[in-house]
Amino acid sequence: MTKKAMEVVQAARDEKHISGHELRKVLFPDFFELHGDGLSGDDPAIVGGLATFHGQPVTIITTSRGHSLNERIEKHFGQPEPSGYRKACRLVENAAKFHRTVFLFVDTAGAYPGKSAEENGQGEAIAQNLLRIGQAKTPIITIIYGEGGSGGALALACGDGVWMLEDSIYSVLSPEGFASILWKDAKKAAEAAEVMRLTPKDLLQQKVIEGIIDEPADHLQVCQNIEQVLQTELDKLQNLSAEELLVRRYERFRKF
Amino acid sequence: MVKLFPHKNTLTEKHVKANKVADDRVPDGILKKCPKCHTEIFANQLDSYLTCPNCDYGFRIPAKKRIEWLVDDFEEWDSEISPSDPLKFPNYDQKIAKAKKNSGLNEAVLTGQAKIDGQSFALGIMDPTFIMGSLGQMTGEKITRLFEKATKKGLPVVLFTASGGARMQEGILSLMQMAKVSNAVAKHSQAGLLYIAVLTDPTTGGVTASFATEADITLAEPHAMVGFAGRRVIEQTIHQEIASDLQDAENVLKHGFIDHIVKRQDERSTIEWLLKFGGEAND
Repeated sequence: MTKKAMEVVQAARDEKHISGHELRKVLFPDFFELHGDGLSGDDPAIVGGLATFHGQPVTIITTSRGHSLNERIEKHFGQPEPSGYRKACRLVENAAKFHRTVFLFVDTAGAYPGKSAEENGQGEAIAQNLLRIGQAKTPIITIIYGEGGSGGALALACGDGVWMLEDSIYSVLSPEGFASILWKDAKKAAEAAEVMRLTPKDLLQQKVIEGIIDEPADHLQVCQNIEQVLQTELDKLQNLSAEELLVRRYERFRKF
Repeated sequence: MVKLFPHKNTLTEKHVKANKVADDRVPDGILKKCPKCHTEIFANQLDSYLTCPNCDYGFRIPAKKRIEWLVDDFEEWDSEISPSDPLKFPNYDQKIAKAKKNSGLNEAVLTGQAKIDGQSFALGIMDPTFIMGSLGQMTGEKITRLFEKATKKGLPVVLFTASGGARMQEGILSLMQMAKVSNAVAKHSQAGLLYIAVLTDPTTGGVTASFATEADITLAEPHAMVGFAGRRVIEQTIHQEIASDLQDAENVLKHGFIDHIVKRQDERSTIEWLLKFGGEAND
């Protein structure tokens, strides 16, 4: 039976949902973290580094919500600061230098809307990711495994393909925000969720994403399903020259 | 005390309060209050630049109004492009009809080829009277074409931004415009061409988080609101009031994200000079 849009939203936000930490532990047991943006800070809401995938070096970047309350507060519940986006950009450009494929794992309500984030150029940080990750000459694949919130998610999903877990969403803003802006009533979120077309099925239809990953209750199985998608996509993209890759990437967004 | 006027409308009597909503900044009445410095201005004190005589704040104006004093010559591109309605959003068609009437445009941006003192360039001007300059699918299409045509013709781009952000009524496709335009900006840049952005009130959300902050030279009008998140959202997040000037262009400049604040009256001469000397030198 097809879930209602708001049920998918709730499932995407569920505590029992797979976490970035789990994904790293299962899929990339030799993950080696690289901290910081090389400019001003090390945002804990973005965790990135090196790993091997089937014997091949890759760059991994995940959003991170944290477990304990303190961790969550530190990570702004998985909402990155500008330095988080700049860290991601640095790691992608470094990956491109060494022709390493980049896997991004995204679950964020959006970029952190705080005072310091504004002062440190939240908008500029996202914009530079779109500009520079968009031009990085290496395969870049994004998996949305929970919430894909607005520009804060797009800044980590502007490469060669986006895949989503069954119980995840990707939208211009939260259904609550949408309802409160357009209908002045946040309680109409369920209605908004239907109208917004934010479920993986709707997004696939709109060609915003490349595919949907089956998500059984067993997290190990979910990881295996993700692994399979990554391998298939990697094989496909690695055969392309850098020029072909960028032409394809340009077309991917030009069609919208 | 002798009263000059019988009604309670003089500066001494009227309690000047911050206009927190301030969403209607397009002058229409006889007496106008500057939303930034709260000076009351009589309409006949405003010239065609529509700036506050006290603080130089530039009122929100339709794109076509700028053409009058900004350039010598303007040839419009893609004027027929009109909003799509991908979500079939209720009452959106009425909103579009009203926006078209307000602005005299079919989309929230006016694009074309312009000339100042013999120098040709591609010019885009976003229109705050068209659904608050929100970035819809076709707004993004027009801006993408602006950069693509400029790249093909070897022209610099000057883009005036004014936007409340992504256009909610068009859902995810409006978000995709941020990446679409950014890729076109990158190609234009790789061709060695100059891009000047002029941030006007308000430049926010998805526009700040894409092409507004990807230029070679970023100018802004005095006191223009420039930011990413909305004020209310920030206050709800950090549970405290934020300073009223947090998202003023002057504060954004202080933090390193704007190159220069330029008064509306000086924009023409500044752009003329930058087109000559801000990009590749021609000899």
